[in-house]
Amino acid sequence: MQISMTINGTFVTREIEPRVLLVHFIRDDLRLTGTHWGCDTTNCGTCVVLMDGQPVKSCTVLAAMADGHAITTVEGLANGATLDPVQQGFMEEHGLQCGFCTPGMMLTARALLDHNPHPEPLEIREAISGQICRCTGYATIVRSIQWAAEHPVGATTETTDEEVHA
Amino acid sequence: MQIPAPFDYVRASSVDNALALLDRHGAESRVVAGGHSLLPMMKLRLARPDWLIDINDLFELDYLLVDKDVLRIGAMTRHTTLLESDDIKRLFPIITDAERVIADPIVRNRGTIGGSLCQADPAEDLSTVCHVLEAMAVVRGPAGERMLSMADFHRGPYETAVAQNELLIEVRIPIRTGSSSAYEKVERRVGDWAVAAAGASVSLDSAGTISRVAVGLTAVGLDRNVTEVEAVLVGQAPTEELFTEAGRLASLACDPLADQRGPIDYKRHLADELTRRVVRAACRRAAASVSEITI
Repeated sequence: MQISMTINGTFVTREIEPRVLLVHFIRDDLRLTGTHWGCDTTNCGTCVVLMDGQPVKSCTVLAAMADGHAITTVEGLANGATLDPVQQGFMEEHGLQCGFCTPGMMLTARALLDHNPHPEPLEIREAISGQICRCTGYATIVRSIQWAAEHPVGATTETTDEEVHA
Repeated sequence: MQIPAPFDYVRASSVDNALALLDRHGAESRVVAGGHSLLPMMKLRLARPDWLIDINDLFELDYLLVDKDVLRIGAMTRHTTLLESDDIKRLFPIITDAERVIADPIVRNRGTIGGSLCQADPAEDLSTVCHVLEAMAVVRGPAGERMLSMADFHRGPYETAVAQNELLIEVRIPIRTGSSSAYEKVERRVGDWAVAAAGASVSLDSAGTISRVAVGLTAVGLDRNVTEVEAVLVGQAPTEELFTEAGRLASLACDPLADQRGPIDYKRHLADELTRRVVRAACRRAAASVSEITI
């Protein structure tokens, strides 16, 4: 069957088998391997992508069900060379260790902040409660998302300059 | 890698279209809503439909309406919508309590009330909630609509009265004055099925006496309300002794199995403790809605 969707702002059309899962469509057909494929059982959340702005576990959505929808993957977070505040926050607060859970965590964080720009730490914990960090770095993930909430347009120019000169 | 067996996919454009597709493709067709029960089963090849009929475009079934003394919930209403609804929180806090602990926030973005009820998993929370709220299920088929009580709708584990060529389209919950409700679950971690859970709905009369009560249990082998509790509580003023007795009766009425989530005596203990808590919480909330009563 033929499906079409918008991925990170780009319209794509592909011929697929109806049984192809969205995570495999994104990774194998579109070669966007930033979306990770983890437990395959809706538990770990590393395959989270945004579907019309809402986080979904792409191992439990058929690519066919995403036909006509807008998908955002981790590759779509940055605006050119400018990182999304969430990405910047994960850098500033060391929100990743091995990095396997990071794409899903950052997309859930983006959706949370779009919905609730000033979340309490408990609300952040609740938002990421369907995702697993096997390095157990949850405290720094929560701090990274808080950093992003406190810097809605990312780092200031000053900070960037300092980094460049450092 | 878990991949479903091959199937043909079709998207329904309306309820009538979905019914026509079910009729045309027959016994080997299945409806998919949020897909968070059916797709994992298909990935494990526990379900192998030849046709998958996607009803996610049926926005006509995504609504919450207060219609006089009934709350009408469209079958495609997502868990997240139920959790965030102020009407639900005010009228049926049991649904808010339950939604907070159903799966995880991301799964709740996809899952629907209709899908949960039709899956009829014995550890599924909304079936218990709908039982204690005395909800009615509106089921549509080629011959028209029929209204079923939860007792008639829910036939047992993974089995409902919805025929192959029918669709659950709405859940109707009666709104009663002086009433409230509560739900509590024990789970090993976020997203796991319940070890045990309990729900209660209580109505108080103007004197603060319990005029109606319904208690239900999840994941402990009881497909019906704990009617034993109703007989003892109705006509009494709510007291701690009464909550204790409700818990004792619930633990006797349930029939849990030992599994990786715990042994039988632990699950009976949870049925007891959680029943006490939800009956107490429902009584307090109901009393708060009838301002002159305090418990």
